[in-house]
Amino acid sequence: MLIEDIMNRNVVTVKPTDSIRLAMLVAAQQRIRHLPVLDENNKLVGILSDRDLRDACPSKFECEQNDEIYNRPVSEIMHRDVITAHPLDFVEEAAFSLYDNKIGCLPVIDQDELKGIITETDILHTLVELMGVQYPSSHVEVEVNDQPGMLADVAAVFKQTRSNVTSVLVFPGKHHGKKNLVFRVQTIDTRKIKTALEEAGYKVCWPQEPGGAI
Amino acid sequence: MKPSSLFIYSKNYQNYRFHDDHPFNQKRLELTLDLLQEMQIIQEDHIAEPRYATDEELSLVHDLQYIKAVKESGYSEELLPVASSYGLGTEDTPTFPMMHEATSLIVGGTLRATELVMSGECDHAVNLAGGLHHGLRGRASGFCVYNDCSVAIAYLRKHYDARVLYIDTDAHHGDGTQWSFYDDPDVLCLSLHETGKYLFPGTGSITERGDGQGYGYSVNVPLEPFTEDDSWLESYTSVVTQVARGFKPDVIVTQNGCDSHFLDPLTHLSCSMEIYRQIPKLAHQLAHELCGGRLIATGGGGYDIWRVVPRAWTLLWAELSDQPIFDNPILPSSWTSRWQSTSPVELPDRMFDQPERFPFIPRRAEITSKNKSTVEKALLYCPRG
Ligand SMILES: [Zn+2]
Ligand SMILES: [Zn+2]
Repeated sequence: MLIEDIMNRNVVTVKPTDSIRLAMLVAAQQRIRHLPVLDENNKLVGILSDRDLRDACPSKFECEQNDEIYNRPVSEIMHRDVITAHPLDFVEEAAFSLYDNKIGCLPVIDQDELKGIITETDILHTLVELMGVQYPSSHVEVEVNDQPGMLADVAAVFKQTRSNVTSVLVFPGKHHGKKNLVFRVQTIDTRKIKTALEEAGYKVCWPQEPGGAI
Repeated sequence: MKPSSLFIYSKNYQNYRFHDDHPFNQKRLELTLDLLQEMQIIQEDHIAEPRYATDEELSLVHDLQYIKAVKESGYSEELLPVASSYGLGTEDTPTFPMMHEATSLIVGGTLRATELVMSGECDHAVNLAGGLHHGLRGRASGFCVYNDCSVAIAYLRKHYDARVLYIDTDAHHGDGTQWSFYDDPDVLCLSLHETGKYLFPGTGSITERGDGQGYGYSVNVPLEPFTEDDSWLESYTSVVTQVARGFKPDVIVTQNGCDSHFLDPLTHLSCSMEIYRQIPKLAHQLAHELCGGRLIATGGGGYDIWRVVPRAWTLLWAELSDQPIFDNPILPSSWTSRWQSTSPVELPDRMFDQPERFPFIPRRAEITSKNKSTVEKALLYCPRG
C-alpha cells in the first residue's frame, strides 16, 4: 500500500511570517497537531507541532504575562530540517520513518510541492485494517522454521481446507531459528485447519487447549 | 392463570440443517426438550408453535437482494455465482434445500415469542432455535443465515416503540446484532464473550461503544481465553446489573449461546454448567425488577450437543418457568439410556459438572485481574445504575 492511498490531501498550512498566535488559533480550530510552513512560492520551509507552539509560550503559572511572544513570527520557532515522504513511498517505510525519527507526522512532497500529510494515526488506522478484522474471522498461529518457502507451504494447507484467509502477519518467533505466521481466517470453526496443519507437520500455537500459555 | 413462561418449538426446526458433519446441529433441541420432559418440568400447555417470518419482517434488518439470494440458493442444485458475496456456500454456511423457509421459521419463532410476551399472554418466552446473532444485513456468517435477534428487536422498536436491552452471553461476540443497532440509543446491545483477539468473529472490543446518538449503547466485555466461572460470573453480574438499571429497558432479549463451557470444541473459555444456572437467574430478576417481567430468551451457539447444550438450556427453562434447580440432581436415567447409544461421548449423569473434571488453568490469577480491568473500561461510557 502506498502513501498516496492513505494520505490526507487537505493540508492546513501557515506562512513563515504568520504570528505564533495565529498558528495556535489555526491548530486549535482545525483540531490538528502539525502545521507545515510554506513560503510565498508554496515551498515547504518548516514544520510546527502543537508541542513547539506550547513550548514557545510563557507558562500559565508565570505571574507577569509576556504577551509579546505571541506576536512573533513562526519562522523563529519552526523546525527547518523537515523529514518528508513521497506519495509513492510504501506505508511501511513511512511507519518506520515516524518511529525511527520519533516524530508524529510526515509532509508528503512531490517535486517540491506539498501533496498531503500523513500522521501516526493514519498509519495506525491502516495497520488495523491490514490486520484484517474487516471480515468476521478467527486467529490461527503457526510456528515454522525461518527459511524460504515456509509461508507458501503453510498457505497451501489453507487452500487444501478451502479456507479464506483475510490477512497474514509474520513475526519473529519466540524460539531461535523460528518464525510465527499469524492468519485471520474467515471461519468460525478452525478445527479442520488445525488438524490439517498438524497432519502436515506444523506446530500450531493457536487454537490451543487450556494448560498452555495464552 | 397465565403461565410464567412459554416454550416455542416445532419439529420443523430440524430443517435448519447444513449437512451431517456440520457443527451446528439442531438435534440439540430434541435432546433438550426430551430432557425437560423426562424431568417433568415442561407440559404440553407450555409449548407454542412458531410461525414464519414474512419477507417484510426480515427486511426490517436484511437487504432485499440478500433475501432473494437466500431463497434462490435454497431452490437451486448448483451454487449461485453470487453466493459467496453473500457469505453463502462457504464451509461455515453451506447452502441447503429450502434454507429461506427453514430460517424464516426460526426468525418467526422469536417473533412469536415477542408477540406472546408483549401481548401479556406470558411473562417470558423461550425460542431455543433462535440466537443466530452473526447474521449480517446482507451476508450470512458464522452458521447464521438470518438474524432472528435483530429482526425481533427491530420488530419491538417498530410495533411497540419499546426500549430493548439485548444481553448476549454466547462465547462469540454478538456482532450481527450489534451492527444492526449500532447508532440506536433505544437498543442497548451488551455482549460478554471470549476476546476476538483469537476467536471468531474478531470484533467486540471494549472500544466498540456505538456511534452517533448510539454512543455508549453498545457494551462489550471481551474476556480472556480460559476464563473460569468465578471471573466470568463476577464480570457478568457487575456489568449486567449496572447497565440494566442505568438503561431502564421496557423489555429484555437474551441470547443464550452455551459455548463458553470447557467442553465446547470451538472456543477456549473454561466455564462449567454453573454459569448456565446463574445467567438466566439474573436476567429473570432484572426483567421483573425493571420490565414488568418481559423477557424473550433465544438459544445460540453450543457445539457439544450431548454433554453441554441439553443441560444448559434445561437450566434456562427451569429458571424462567419458576422451577429453579438446586443441589446437583441426577439426570433421569430414561434420558441417559435413550441417547447414550447414539452419543459418541459418555453422557453426564448429573446436572452440574463434578469439579474434578475441570481442566487446570495455570494463569488463573492473571486472567482474573485482566478481566477485572476489562470490566472497568467497558463500563466507562454506558448508562449505569
Ligand atoms: Zn458462539
Ligand atoms: Zn418470572
